[in-house]
Amino acid sequence: MAFIEAIDLVKTYSPKGSPEVRALDGLNLEVQKGSVTALLGPNGAGKTTTVKALTTLIKPDSGSAFIDGVDVAADPQAIRRMIGASGQYAAVDQNLTGFENLVMVGRLYHLGARVARQRATELIELFDLVESQNRTVKGYSGGMRRRIDLAGALVIRPPVLFLDEPTTGLDPRSRIGLWEVIEQLVTDGTTVLLTTQYLEEADRLADSISVIDNGRVIAKGTADELKASVGGLRVAVTVVDEVQIDAARAILNRFGSGEPAVLNGRTLVVPVSDGPVALAAIVSAAATEGIGLHDAGMRRPTLDDVFLQLTGHAAEIDEAEKESAA
Amino acid sequence: MSTTLKPIPGNAVTRFVSDGAVTTWRNMMKIIRVPEILLFSLIQPIMFVLLFTFVFGAAIDIPGDGYTSFLMAGIFAQTVVFGSTYSGSAMAQDLKDGIIDRFRTLPMSGAAVLVGRTNGDLVINTLSMLVMMGTGLLVGWRVNSSPLEFLAGVALLLLFSYAFSWVMAFLGMSVKSPEIINNASFLILFPLTFISNAFVPSENLPTPLRIFAEWNPVSALVQSARELFGNVPPGTIVGDAWPAQNPIATVLIGVAVLLVIFVPLSIRKFATISR
Repeated sequence: MAFIEAIDLVKTYSPKGSPEVRALDGLNLEVQKGSVTALLGPNGAGKTTTVKALTTLIKPDSGSAFIDGVDVAADPQAIRRMIGASGQYAAVDQNLTGFENLVMVGRLYHLGARVARQRATELIELFDLVESQNRTVKGYSGGMRRRIDLAGALVIRPPVLFLDEPTTGLDPRSRIGLWEVIEQLVTDGTTVLLTTQYLEEADRLADSISVIDNGRVIAKGTADELKASVGGLRVAVTVVDEVQIDAARAILNRFGSGEPAVLNGRTLVVPVSDGPVALAAIVSAAATEGIGLHDAGMRRPTLDDVFLQLTGHAAEIDEAEKESAA
Repeated sequence: MSTTLKPIPGNAVTRFVSDGAVTTWRNMMKIIRVPEILLFSLIQPIMFVLLFTFVFGAAIDIPGDGYTSFLMAGIFAQTVVFGSTYSGSAMAQDLKDGIIDRFRTLPMSGAAVLVGRTNGDLVINTLSMLVMMGTGLLVGWRVNSSPLEFLAGVALLLLFSYAFSWVMAFLGMSVKSPEIINNASFLILFPLTFISNAFVPSENLPTPLRIFAEWNPVSALVQSARELFGNVPPGTIVGDAWPAQNPIATVLIGVAVLLVIFVPLSIRKFATISR
């Protein structure tokens, strides 16, 4: 049995006045001990619901989950003794200082006052928060809050760590800083399940990726395996004028080896069998037909392409979030 | 891999006490770090004591020690009942902030979070009572009973407000945002405290309101406090309703009923909520 195992999880919500939402629709997941597994998917795919089910926050309607052989639903208190969880929004007490927050978490893990303080001091140093440890979290920057939240998840040095979108909404510098911290943690053998909507993040941090959409895992493998599964090179073009998108799509259809997909309003991407030849043909056809191109190029498949191929829609729908991810 | 830290030895009781102490400490820190909360919860009762004494005092004729002495028990009751709404807004805010999700992933007692929260209200209410008593004494309020009766009156007021805190904590976890609980609680608490004997003798009220007032647990609380402080005006006509005849028993029964219903309800709610 894998270290973390979810079997056929189903969770439905019935918001008032709207149709039933199947947040989890028979989700299966296996995470090997000591590995970093990413759950990759767009907003609303079921990533957070999966983490909530595994961290005892919600009870699934059906299915079961085990961590190190312990049934999550049957013995939530035992699960809580071995997990650390850090959420999408920093769940720390705004009116306590960084240090006090960590001591409080240690006391609530029943470590005793002395060990709780000792561990808080260690974590404050590890997360480079020494200067601000005695200020209330209210005055912290977004990146600092994420760090103190993550530190809270590490208080007992848990064997299992859940990170729900650890870098969503952070600026690029804070994001890279947090990635470095997470990379350090995994070197000492912590098993990590992380959710993300950023392909780059999954690519960088995870040994294994499970692509999730509409409450189920639709593909899994390493980043390279997933990229290989969608085949060879891609040609991507960006038209100057959005009205010419259909004409451009027709050209891509002619020279590509698959269905062209729209990445955003003006960018199209198509798999090709012979990259350079196809690119030349597409550029020259566009010139002949008078379609202005901002950009045309050839590239290896990214996880974006994987996602697109698997789900038929782009991974990052929200343009603003795409911007901050770049 | 580095070793996971193990909990110190303890049983369910010591852990519950420890968790309750930690969450109470957290709520105390909030009072210290956000002094506005305490400031406004203290200014409001002072304002009420002064407003009612000087605005209504002249218009409402109460035999004996006069309106101020009559009023004080009413103001105490109103203030501690309003004070219990912090539990509602604080639970709603904690839920929104995600700190409840954090607590729920820890191997702690969920009930302890609620105990810590309701304890926080108790501290604020105790401080407001002290400030109100000081203000009351300045404008002429006098206690005409034994110290023991006086303390019993104070205890009854705080006990009732504590039970009410559990009601509000439950409501706070049941609403979608902290703003809703703030607005909704006024809709409940204003009629509850005003359609009572808190500010005017209930025998003067129109019949439907008088009946409501006689059965209103806040009236029983006010009447109990008046009796225990020795502030019942001579010639007071007590209604025929059982609660009006037996105010202290009514308050104690009310407290027991609220706790028996809302403590388990709140604990169960806490165990399933998530942002």
